[in-house]
Amino acid sequence: MRTFFVLLDREIRSFFNTPIAYVVMVFFLAVVGFQFHAGIMTVNNRPEFGQTALELCFDSLFWFPFMQCLSLISMRSFADEFRMGTLETLATAPVRDWQVVLAKFAGVFTFYLLLLAPTSVYFLLLKHFNGGSVSAAGLGTFGSCYLMLILIGMFYTSVGCLASSLVRDQINAAAITFAFVLGSFILTLFLMAPILIKNATVHAIGQYLSPYYHLHDACVGRLDTQQLVLYPSLTVLVLFITLQVFQYRKWQA
Amino acid sequence: MISVQNLTKKYGSFTAVNNISFEVAKGEIVGFLGPNGAGKSTTMKVLTGYLPATSGSVRIADCDIFEQSVEARRHLGYLPENTPLYPDMRVGEYLRFRAALKGVPRGKVRERVGDVLELCQIKDREKQLIGSLSKGYRQRVGLADALVHDPDLLILDEPTIGLDPNQIRTVRELIKNLAHKRTVLVSTHILTEVEMTCSRVIVIHKGTIRASDSAENLLKSHRAVGELRLEAQVGADTGAIATEALTKLIGIKDVSEERVGDWSFFTMRTDANAAPGEEVIRLAAARRWNVRELHQRRATLEDVFVELTHDAA
Repeated sequence: MRTFFVLLDREIRSFFNTPIAYVVMVFFLAVVGFQFHAGIMTVNNRPEFGQTALELCFDSLFWFPFMQCLSLISMRSFADEFRMGTLETLATAPVRDWQVVLAKFAGVFTFYLLLLAPTSVYFLLLKHFNGGSVSAAGLGTFGSCYLMLILIGMFYTSVGCLASSLVRDQINAAAITFAFVLGSFILTLFLMAPILIKNATVHAIGQYLSPYYHLHDACVGRLDTQQLVLYPSLTVLVLFITLQVFQYRKWQA
Repeated sequence: MISVQNLTKKYGSFTAVNNISFEVAKGEIVGFLGPNGAGKSTTMKVLTGYLPATSGSVRIADCDIFEQSVEARRHLGYLPENTPLYPDMRVGEYLRFRAALKGVPRGKVRERVGDVLELCQIKDREKQLIGSLSKGYRQRVGLADALVHDPDLLILDEPTIGLDPNQIRTVRELIKNLAHKRTVLVSTHILTEVEMTCSRVIVIHKGTIRASDSAENLLKSHRAVGELRLEAQVGADTGAIATEALTKLIGIKDVSEERVGDWSFFTMRTDANAAPGEEVIRLAAARRWNVRELHQRRATLEDVFVELTHDAA
């Protein structure tokens, strides 16, 4: 267990040794801050819609920067080790491959949680100051929304790690992650659009898989246990594939 | 300490290491010699558990490198070729990370890192970013990393490549100092280094072991590469006649001649363990050649290396 934490510690430190981490943080907080601001404006100007600032904040415009940030923070994880050749020193230390994969994933995921954490303050402050009116959303809704953000982020992080293990160049890794995440996002949205697809089964599949739909649901306080199972199991699956790719690439070296 | 049995490593259809076996006993310093692409690095990568063998077995400190990989790797300090390091870390930070990773107890990490910083003479660089270090310092950081958990076995892949002569000397001294309580396997092209530091040499070429012995014994058994030089005025015996007479002598393989004015310079390659010098003098006396110099050049490890690894066959 110590080995895992030693590796994790290095992963997290290495984020703060590069400018990318700070750029991503500023970018992410600026976007969420803007969304939050816009959400409050909408709530104030159009109270008849009955939407909350929480729901409006994590809608539409939030998604693109969200995906970009996840691609950017996960791109270095494996690609850099391959490129610098440090994989050789890492893999010849008394460390098991799964520890490496898990630590890389946990490192990126922890950084993601660090990105997300300050944004929660916005809503807690809002709730504190407006005395718990509908516009701020209750603690339960707040909780379910952030839980969903964490779950979706966890899955996307694992996809980012897989992409990074496939290539040598981190920019390629980021591009692959972004393409996959955006592609699956748009595809599932497309499947559940009733105007485009009439078939009810396809529609249901779209709903079952669409992260946009899941997050939106969670932000209005509907949390489905299906998704609580879906994202962790997808993450485990992707990490398992990552482990296989990692070993394959290592042995090819 | 190291036991390799029938090790074969193939990359696709290319056989990098072909059925080699050798042992390295505790406390030995073994030089691993071979031309580029001979399979040195591949063998080392298999020994350290980085690459899986295609067939055969490797045991490090009585642990199978594949079955009990993590236990075997605990005994092992490895410096890969080109010393890969994280450029964004500081020297001390990196070594502390590596020490913890290799299982140095928490309370001992600082002490061990302090020791290897001292040993590798990089104490003054502890706070420097690895990315800003010169090649020689990077090499020493790599070496410090290999040593940080105080392993019984060191595997060093070309530790002096790309260093200047002073740095090479420093690294060589370091290896010598490390040796007395450890087993060391070191690969290199630099033959004088092997002669100076290693108790045994393994010569590998095209994936097979060509020789495994002490440098001294290798020299003894490969006198074939010895050379005899004769400078003489051969008078009436114009070049071809003299050359032919010399070639006929016992123990001489071939003769080449160069003429500068009156003087002929003959270079003779001699057979294994032959000493045809006396015969040459007798011939010269009989033919009334005016001999200025006769010189037997002793074979060096370089000659042995060339003989073992040049491809006539």
